[in-house]
Amino acid sequence: MRTGRWLRAQTARRVRLGALAALAALAVAACAPNAPQTTLDPKGPNAQTISNLIDPVFWVAGIVFVLVEGMAIIFVIKYRDRGDNSPEPVQIHGNSRLEVGWTLIPAAILVAVAIPTIATIFKLSNKPANPINVTVTAHQWWWEYNYPDLGVVTANELHMPVNQPLEIKLVGADVIHSFWVPALAGKTDVVPGQNNHMSMTGSTPGTFLGQCTEFCGLSHANMRLKAFVQSPDEFKAWVEGQRLAATAPPGGSPAEAGLALFAAKGCSGCHTVEGVSAGKVGPNLTHLQTRTSFAGSMFPMNPDKLSAWLQNPPGVKPGSKMPNLNLSGDEISKLVAYLETLK
Amino acid sequence: MTIVTDPPVRPSLVPPDEPIRLLRRPTGYTKGIWGWVTTVDHKKIGIMYGVAAFIFFLLGGLEALLLRIQLGSPENTFLSADTYNQVFTMHGTTMIFLFVMPLSAAFANYMIPIQIGARDVAFPRLNAFGFWVFLVGGLFMYSSFILGGAPNGGWFGYAPNTLKLYSPGHNIDFWVFGLQILGIASLTGAVNLIVTAINMRAPGMSLFRMPIFTWMSLVAQFLLLFAIPVITVALFLLMFDRTFGANFFNAQAGSDPLLWQHLFWLFGHPEVYILILPAMGIVSEVIPVFSRKPLFGYQVMVFSGIAIGFMGWGVWAHHMFATGLGPVATSAFSASTMFIAVPTGVKIFNWLATMWRGKIRITSPMLFAVGFVAMFTIGGLSGVTHGVVPADTQQTDTYYVVAHFHYVLFGGSVFGLFSGIYYWYPKVVGHMLSDKLGKWQFWLFIIGFNMTFGPFHILGLQGMPRRIYTYPSHRGWDFWNFFATVGSFVIAVGVLLFIYNVWTSRKNPKVGFDPWDARTLEWSIPSPPPEYNFAEIPVVTARDDLWHRKYTEDDKGRSILRQPVDAPAEAETEAVVRAAVDDDGPPGDGDGAGPNGASANGAGGGAGASDDGDTHDGDSHDGDEERHEPHIHMPSPSYWPAVTSVGLAVICYGMIYRVWFVAILGGLWVLGGLYAWSLEPATAPEEPELDAEPSTDLEPVGSGPAGAGSGSGGAD
Repeated sequence: MRTGRWLRAQTARRVRLGALAALAALAVAACAPNAPQTTLDPKGPNAQTISNLIDPVFWVAGIVFVLVEGMAIIFVIKYRDRGDNSPEPVQIHGNSRLEVGWTLIPAAILVAVAIPTIATIFKLSNKPANPINVTVTAHQWWWEYNYPDLGVVTANELHMPVNQPLEIKLVGADVIHSFWVPALAGKTDVVPGQNNHMSMTGSTPGTFLGQCTEFCGLSHANMRLKAFVQSPDEFKAWVEGQRLAATAPPGGSPAEAGLALFAAKGCSGCHTVEGVSAGKVGPNLTHLQTRTSFAGSMFPMNPDKLSAWLQNPPGVKPGSKMPNLNLSGDEISKLVAYLETLK
Repeated sequence: MTIVTDPPVRPSLVPPDEPIRLLRRPTGYTKGIWGWVTTVDHKKIGIMYGVAAFIFFLLGGLEALLLRIQLGSPENTFLSADTYNQVFTMHGTTMIFLFVMPLSAAFANYMIPIQIGARDVAFPRLNAFGFWVFLVGGLFMYSSFILGGAPNGGWFGYAPNTLKLYSPGHNIDFWVFGLQILGIASLTGAVNLIVTAINMRAPGMSLFRMPIFTWMSLVAQFLLLFAIPVITVALFLLMFDRTFGANFFNAQAGSDPLLWQHLFWLFGHPEVYILILPAMGIVSEVIPVFSRKPLFGYQVMVFSGIAIGFMGWGVWAHHMFATGLGPVATSAFSASTMFIAVPTGVKIFNWLATMWRGKIRITSPMLFAVGFVAMFTIGGLSGVTHGVVPADTQQTDTYYVVAHFHYVLFGGSVFGLFSGIYYWYPKVVGHMLSDKLGKWQFWLFIIGFNMTFGPFHILGLQGMPRRIYTYPSHRGWDFWNFFATVGSFVIAVGVLLFIYNVWTSRKNPKVGFDPWDARTLEWSIPSPPPEYNFAEIPVVTARDDLWHRKYTEDDKGRSILRQPVDAPAEAETEAVVRAAVDDDGPPGDGDGAGPNGASANGAGGGAGASDDGDTHDGDSHDGDEERHEPHIHMPSPSYWPAVTSVGLAVICYGMIYRVWFVAILGGLWVLGGLYAWSLEPATAPEEPELDAEPSTDLEPVGSGPAGAGSGSGGAD
């Protein structure tokens, strides 16, 4: 009897300790700094709605977890065969009342979860008022953003004013991708032939990371994106900058030689530079230098990375549709000089 | 007590002197490798399923370690993107189609007949065919590694990424054709086991006396029967797109790529229950035995299993919540996804209630079973959070989902299957595995498992997507990825320990027929069982029949050992063995279920017992040979299941490389094999006298339902 009580106390202590440790670990993990792509720190109303919905569900799941695991551990310890010739157990074949109980109680809990879930599904499917329209086209392996009402086309880095919703039309160029900025909204697949819609709003200025989440081939891991939530003024300035045509490089500069190579090496066949070329295969480069990253937001925007990229695109980004043009070092530096002028 | 007294006789379907004798059947005396290749014994087939599945488990595990090494640190270059994609595709495909499914099939094959008191399955040659087709399909798929690259489109193979335009190599072709071959294996196995469980139960074994593992396997076989055709259709459409330029999934041509997803998941979700139900059955056998109590709420357990089987068909679109189905459809699938948790929860509470007030022997199988309950619960709870659709749009295709299904399929299926391995090993092999090493393995597994997959929850919620071969270091994912990689090696040590356990336990002492003091019929026959399983077909009088032969309940409901008068099982079996050893002639009862000479060659079972397997109706000459069994009618071995199965791979190689005459040759190979199969003589050629007296070619029904499964030629 005494050992039984001691064991129970010991068990309870162990369970408490275990639960505490698990909670502490979760808390540490959940608040881990430097997790810029986390779903746990919503920065917009859509993501916040989701978070408000799921947080209590996590709590309910946590309670059920402690209940079930606790019972499993306690039963194994308490009812273990102590080898003491204690009488055989009573042969209990079942108990209808109990079984009906643990059918109906979980069902009731699930009804309580299902009702707000379904309400939220419909709430999130509503189109927002006064949105900015953006067409997001997913390519292997980069993102194209077209603001049809603003006349802006850019790639990989999405800009949006704070507290104004984006109404996003998702267009697939090749295979299925999935567009996701966890801090702002849940993901929506980009299905070729079926233009999905989603909306999202940023409620705090900042830079939020996202990524393609549907396996889309070799460089699925390298299809990333950034979302810049800006003050209305900053956003307006950005839009105006994007609408300008590219400035021609000064005569005789390496950049001008780069511009010539841009046409001669066929870059212009795939890339648009307003006033220079109208290629539609790769990203629009007119204001390349206003972006902080390139190649599916894989590399930071700097001359070194651009040089490495031009040397052998598929070598640094597996499967890249931009081929290795076998450029010489001199050609690369001229091209980079030209790209540096695309501000 | 198990005498069948009324032996109505019926002629076997094909007389042994059938004139169309294409080729001689292999004899039951075939030894060594050919004994295994030609066997139609459900137990040997079960062992082969198990061994092959385990080898594929090692391959899939090796692939998992490669994945974990690659992801152990950010920007790692251990694997290239292409290799990573091949390895993760093959890891998933292997673990699902080549490990959990065939290992479940191994248990079902081995255990269903001996749990229901049958001598073999309904269609023994079809059973062998199923195994060989599975093996051929697995080897075919793995041959891709040396033929230019393994499948790399994920185990889900989403179109249009898997179309020729985006995946021009043969990688995906191996996946498409390999899965088609494996589908044939699963379908034949399902048909066979369904018929076996329904038609071949021993007298008195009503459906509600059927052991729960057999029940859950039966439900899983029904799911297979209906799910495999769906994936077959999907794979055919994809094959036509890839091979003949059709446009079933080509969005540019106006098709809807989501058609693939609907078809795939309409198969894929029932598939999840195909993977978990047999493990649930195992756990439902193990927990009562080691708690020394009957399964709490047997009927509810059966019905919840069936309910899961039905509801499993109504939840597939929860894999597609981000695809833009619209709020009405997502709401419906959200609700169905949540409510499938109800029958699952009932099972968990019933397992807990089975342990409640039991007398729990903490052995390796019991630890794995409790581990199943504990880990599967976590997977179930995270599953409910997927049903919360808005949250799922944050979680889907992240490591949170990877965590979820590993808690279900590793914490669930794999723990359940290892519980079954430790539980039934003595029955199959005749000696125990080391319980001490088994417990070490359990602790390594449960620690390594939680170290690996627990952090996946965190990584997923921190936004780490699935199927990425690399990640940058400033995402906050470095630590938990490294931690998970360490955990995966802890699991690997556990697997090595299991192999060591199997190896060193070779010399463990032989065990009796009932080493665990268990409840169901398979423990009433020798370990390992003789080829014919039951010397006498048992007459079943209760659920947990063996338990009721051994024990009764006192007025308080406590189990008490019966008086010896009531023939405890041990004495009974000894009597059988003795009788068998002493048997020089026809058994006295002459009921066709007589004891036999099998045990004369020692422990019987295994390869030895197959010597005795081919006796067909040899009433008149049972004295001729010591090994001869007078009345037990067992099917003869056959070359044709194995031979026919190889033709399927020939067809597929021909199709992949577009060498049409090879494909046609493979087709003729299969066709020829099937003809030879149906026309081969019903019996082995070892008994020429049989031909001389066709009038006595009567099948004693004393062999009970098993008679239907005998090698009566066209029966299968």
